[in-house]
This record gives sequence, C-alpha cells and structure tokens, in this order.
Amino acid sequence: MTGLFALLGGALAAALLVSAGSGQLPVPAQEVAGSLLHRLGLDWLPLPSHPRGDATLWSVRFPRVAMAALVGAALAVAGALMQGVFGNPLAEPSIVGVSSGAAVGAAGVIVFGLTFAGGWTVAVAAFAGGLLTTLLVYALARSGGRTEVVTLVLTGIAVNAVAGALLALLMFLGDTQAREQIVFWQLGSLNGSRWPYVAVVAPLVVAGVVLALLSARSLDLLALGERPARHLGVHVERLRVGLIVVVALLTAAAVCFCGIVAFVGLVVPHLVRMVTGPGHRLVLPACLLAGSLVLVVADLAARTLVAYADLPLGMLTSLVGGPFFFWLLWRTRRTSGGWA
Amino acid sequence: MSAPAPVASVRGVSLALGGRRVLHDVDLDVHAGEVLALVGPNGTGKSTLLAVVAGDLSPDSGTVSVLGRPVREWRLQALARERAVLPQEQQISFPFPVREVVSMGRAPWRGRPEEDLDDLEVAAAMQTTAVDHLADRSFGSLSGGEKARASFARVLAQQTGILLLDEPTAALDIGHQETVLGTARQQARAGAAVLVVLHDLTLAGAHADRLVLLEEGNVAASGTPTEVLDAALLTRVYRHRVEVVAHPRTGDPIVLAERGTAADADDVDDVARADRPREDTC
Repeated sequence: MTGLFALLGGALAAALLVSAGSGQLPVPAQEVAGSLLHRLGLDWLPLPSHPRGDATLWSVRFPRVAMAALVGAALAVAGALMQGVFGNPLAEPSIVGVSSGAAVGAAGVIVFGLTFAGGWTVAVAAFAGGLLTTLLVYALARSGGRTEVVTLVLTGIAVNAVAGALLALLMFLGDTQAREQIVFWQLGSLNGSRWPYVAVVAPLVVAGVVLALLSARSLDLLALGERPARHLGVHVERLRVGLIVVVALLTAAAVCFCGIVAFVGLVVPHLVRMVTGPGHRLVLPACLLAGSLVLVVADLAARTLVAYADLPLGMLTSLVGGPFFFWLLWRTRRTSGGWA
Repeated sequence: MSAPAPVASVRGVSLALGGRRVLHDVDLDVHAGEVLALVGPNGTGKSTLLAVVAGDLSPDSGTVSVLGRPVREWRLQALARERAVLPQEQQISFPFPVREVVSMGRAPWRGRPEEDLDDLEVAAAMQTTAVDHLADRSFGSLSGGEKARASFARVLAQQTGILLLDEPTAALDIGHQETVLGTARQQARAGAAVLVVLHDLTLAGAHADRLVLLEEGNVAASGTPTEVLDAALLTRVYRHRVEVVAHPRTGDPIVLAERGTAADADDVDDVARADRPREDTC
C-alpha cells in the first residue's frame, strides 16, 4: 500500500508541475520546480527563463493548481465519507442537497445583484446555501433523535426538487447576463482562482479532511450496520451528524468558488476502493491524493485541450466520469456480481 | 448455577412498538456462568427483549441494568468491553474480508493494554468458529451459515463477560449448531453470562442452564429445561399440540410437534432426525 501512496503522491507532484507550467505562457517543469524552490530559499534548478514567467506562475498558475488540488481532494474525500456514512456506494454529497443549495445561493445573489460581501458575495452565498440546505435536509429527516438513511435520501430528493425549482425561478427572473453567469457558475471552472480564495478554501478542506481521517475506524464499524456499530462503542447518531456536516463543509468549500464539479465524489472513491479495499483508513487518504490528481489533470485538460479556451471543468469531469463510471459498474458486475 | 448478583437485569419492562404492546412487565436476570435461553413463538418479543438488554431500545417503563448500572448511563465504549451482541441478521455494506470483520470486534479495546492481544484473539475466535479458512473471502460473498459463524467470531473476539446472541443457530447446519452453542456454554463455564434467543426448543433444552418462555410479551415460565419444556405448557403457548419425550439414552427432553397419527414419537429414527421443531407445519 505504501507503493500506491508513493505512486499517487509522485503522480500528483508531476501533474502539479506540468499543469502549473502549461498555458499560453509555457514554463518547463524544471523551471516551475526551480521557481518554487527559490521561494523556499533553495538555489536549485533554473528559474523561469521568460521575463514574466515567475510572475505568471505565482499570480495565476500556482493558485489555480492549488485550488484544483484542494477542490479535488475535498470532493473525493466528501464522496468517500458520504458513501461510508450511508453504507451505500451510490451516495454522493449532492444527495443531501449541498450542490443544489449552493447553486440556489449563488444564483440568488447573481439575480438580485447583491454585493454584501464585495467580490466574495457569490462564494459566501453558495457556501451558506450548501450548508443550510444540508442542515435542512438533516433536520427534516430526523425524528425522535434518529435518522433513517432511506428517509434522509428521500428527504434529500424532495429538497433537491424544491432547490431545482427555485433555481429555475431565479433563472426566469434574471436578465440575460445573470442567466449566463448562473449557467457558467454551474458548469464549474477554476478560472480566476486567486491566493485569497485558496486561503479561504484551504483551512476548510484541511479541517474537513482531518475530521474525516479521525473517524475512519468508526466508519469501518458502521459498515456492519447501525446497531452492531453501536454495540462496538460507536455513537452512530453523533458520528453521522458530525460527518454530514463535514461533508457539507468540504463540498461547500469546493463548489463555492469553482461551481459544480460533478462525478469526482462518486468515481474517485470507487476507483480507490478497487485498489485499497474497503477499509477507510486507506480509502480516505488515497481519495485525498487521487481526487487532487484527477482534478489537477482535468483542469489541465480544460484549459489546454482547445487553444485559447477554458472549457467548463464540470462538463469535462462529467463527460469523462459518466462513461468511466459505467465501465466500473460493468466490470464489477462481471467480476463479482455486484458491489457486495 | 448460583451466582450472587445478576450481571444484567431487567425489572418491570414494558415496551410498545408501532402502537403494539411487545413487552409486558417483564423481569429477567442473567447471571455470570450461565446460559439463559429465551424461547417462545414468533413475535412474542424475544429479540425485542434482547435489544432492550443490549440498550438498543429504551423501554417505556421499567429498568434495565448491566453490572448494576442502568444501561443508558454506560459510555458506549465501556459497555462494549462488557457485553457483545450477535444480531439476527448479518449484513455489511462494503466488501470487507472476513478477517477484518472479525477484527472489528476488537475495536472497543483500542488504546488499552488488551489491544496487544488483538491478533491472538481474532485468530482464536476464527478457529473456534471454524472460519479461519474463509479469512480472505469477502464477508458479503459468504453463505448465510458462514456469515453467522464469522459474526459469532467477531462477538467472541470482543472478549466480553456478557454475550447476547439473537438466534445464533438459525442458519446453521446441525454440526455447527452444536459447535456454536457448545462454545457459548464454554464461555459460560469460564464465567461469562450468555443470553441467547433460540427457536429450537430441543437445542435450548440441551444447551441452556435456564429457559425463559415468553408468551405475547409476558414471561410464561422460567426455570430449568425440564421445568419449562412441559408438553401442556408448550401446547398452550405455541397453540399447537407439542410432545416432549425423553431421549432414550441421555434422558434430555426432545420437543416435537405432534403430527397426527403419521408421526410416531417412539420411532427412534424420526426422533434422531428431528433436531428442529416444526411448529409451523400443520
């Protein structure tokens, strides 16, 4: 398993260097590394030869690839957590309404032209929308101090439907420009990532990932079912509420600046489990690395596949993720007769 | 078996589920060193009573205590080091291999000196329940009986003084039934308290020190196997004519559903094969 982590870590480092060096102003990977090392006070490797190379890297490329890595890690870990909490490999953060709530929040401030938080308004509204919707779903699904998984999922469907209607209403109310902005927000993009944004997202993602890793053992026990987990000393209800909040935090942090990036949370944990097995102590850290890797590569593809165009990231992940997920399903079906 | 204070005790417990009275002023004491079997017809609250003792369900009235302390006041982790529960149905939501499932039984001991024994206890438990050859198989791919044994191994690995077993033998063949209940009995001889829900009255009579017979949420009888396995009592409680015969060699009670004239209780072959009661067949 150390081999897997070394492989993922190495691939991620390489992807980060290549991605940071790619774009309208190409910088070779060793110069990218040189630029990084010089900032750390190490005089190894050459600095970027282009006069604007260093500035471009630090003001545009590095925050963007850092954001890609953070968002990928957050989405993949959130997906793995969600699947663990629900004991269902089909669970995805969107079922508790994080994404749709975030979209309603973002669309609301776009349509009504609100600017209460300056340039951060859309992100703040998306974050709040995602978190509030999740808490609403959870509160509605709860009865007598207990939450049944099926009730929670069905409540999520109901709340998602209302959120979808609100989004449609907002698009109807908005003018052409607002509509366009909403559509592009939903498509997802890392374009325009800046250090201040990274500085907001990073602590949320780090906190979420740490909490996730701390609960890995309890998640394993939860696979036995609610009561057996309880018999082994797990506070099932407390664990579940806590982790749903963590999922909402991670997902909201991921989508608030970048919009909806679909399928990473579903496909990456599946892929990881095929290699590591189901134990969450391996699945979660491997998802962290693999999610980062996938999104850094996807973002690289989004901005280099078509010259002078920044393709929507969410579109790209869905376009590749959908068929890929089907292939996974088909393969699992053939080899072991299903997910069990 | 006489033991000082019961390790688990239920006093005056009543409980309604979905508007239906499932338990009715039930008293129950489980002592260290004994196997206590809960028997009774379908839907009389055996599993519910077990869940109440386990702390899964809170009774509407009455008290449940484990080692003298109300079960709801225990910290879950501490309670998990005192009592283990084998559920009736075994399921798992991810393809964990059997060895890892059994190791999950060690979770309550994490961070304590006993954690050093994890590997030993897991290996011993898997050997006892004869699942060591399944160690690397995915739990979900096992047969019902293998799942039950692997789960029993998980419960044994937990190394607790109180074992609550909900129909541990339901999916097992006759050989494994004997092994599992024999193991439960060994645990009791070594000082554990075992509360086990059983359907098979003959099996209960053979392995339990005491039987508690439930009838529609009430305790209909409680005592030694010979006291509780009484043909007239069972016939009333199960609403089906039941015969109790003594095993020709050991004298253990054998419980049979009376099958009209076709079944002759003195037919030795028939008796030998009747290892489970067929109270459902008419």
